[in-house]
Amino acid sequence: MITIQKYLKAASLEEAWNANQKRPNRVLGGMGWMKMSSGNVSTAIDLSGLGLDQIEETDDAFIIGAMVTLRQFETHEGLEQYFHGAVRESVRHIVGVQFRNCATIGGSVWLRAGFSDPLTLLLALDCTVELYQGGDQTVQVPIAEFCHMKPDNSILTAVHIHKTGRQAAYQSFRNTETDFPVRAVAVSRLDSSYCAAVGARPTRAMAVTAEQVDQLIEKAQALPYGDNLRASAEYRTMLAGVLIRRAAEELERR
Amino acid sequence: MEIKVKLNGKWIVDNIDPDMLLLDFCRAHYCKSVKRGCETSNCGLCTVWLDGKPVLSCNVLAARADGHEVTTLEGLQEEAKEFGMFLAREGGEQCGFCNPGFIMNVLAMKRELDNPTDEEILEYLAGNLCRCSGYASHMRAIHKWLDSKKEAAQREDHIPENREKMLAHRLSKRTQKHW
Repeated sequence: MITIQKYLKAASLEEAWNANQKRPNRVLGGMGWMKMSSGNVSTAIDLSGLGLDQIEETDDAFIIGAMVTLRQFETHEGLEQYFHGAVRESVRHIVGVQFRNCATIGGSVWLRAGFSDPLTLLLALDCTVELYQGGDQTVQVPIAEFCHMKPDNSILTAVHIHKTGRQAAYQSFRNTETDFPVRAVAVSRLDSSYCAAVGARPTRAMAVTAEQVDQLIEKAQALPYGDNLRASAEYRTMLAGVLIRRAAEELERR
Repeated sequence: MEIKVKLNGKWIVDNIDPDMLLLDFCRAHYCKSVKRGCETSNCGLCTVWLDGKPVLSCNVLAARADGHEVTTLEGLQEEAKEFGMFLAREGGEQCGFCNPGFIMNVLAMKRELDNPTDEEILEYLAGNLCRCSGYASHMRAIHKWLDSKKEAAQREDHIPENREKMLAHRLSKRTQKHW
């Protein structure tokens, strides 16, 4: 368990950003993962007073605040209707409702963890990550680019899912319910082009694109996979093929 | 740091360490139903409600509850006892260690879902682990408890109708006499 010397409930993004420029300070998400780490945090920066806990739907996008919980993400009617249940499917196996009422989208995306279900889904959608960089300056970074950036001192304020008409389906496989996924797959389709994001490699998710499902599977199975206690690389490669095909079939049925 | 928390309906002001968990805060204020099971955010034993939503109190800093309402099993005694009896009758209470967190989550589920299917129940309660029962007895208890709630609600719904019928009947008799 981490130790925390000081707790700062930020009154503004600028205050949070200033506090985050010092190395021993850390921004709090839902605490699910951070509390499992060890170390000393000088100032824990809490963003819960900044109104970042809302999902805003506009004509062009869903804007998901960094402090939106996975449960809010799961039960949002607009997301449910637009993505035909893919959003709900991506998070409903994560531990339990009590955990999903704590864990935040901002924390999940910022962590860029290999086991992350939401990150895998978002990688297959047309997403940008909104980062506050001080002095009222925000930048939008495409999520694929964000995945490969090293964590810096920005404050992640929101994730934008752009309404481009892209449809998605989500599939995951776990050795046992509520465990981390052995394989997570999100397949999306826009016009005649497919995209597959493959998570739990077991490292960070990666995405491939193709015009045909067979090509998509071939490309996804060529990605680098590793072994860990949950599964071997060979097993993950096989699962990638099965789950991508199932997700693609689900898209066809709609 | 000083925080003010509404714990089971009563505002409490306390000085806490910034890294104190809500679990330890509740126990320090005599809510001993809140227990530390796994401390890896997996077992559900430490479930409390934060502003009416079930959360893992081993996963929430007490500082984050500042200005908010926290409910533990101690604040829901009547409901907890009622469902606890169903659980006991079905053999769902064996060692009993997981019960407080489980009951908190079942009561939260009842408030959130109308007529949940088995799949919805299992999904809602997936974060509550029980190492004794295999969950079959839990499911029987939940079904019977939900049925009893439904029957009680139907009975209540019928009472005003019955009254209206009786009043209408009396009124019609009076009207007949008048004519």
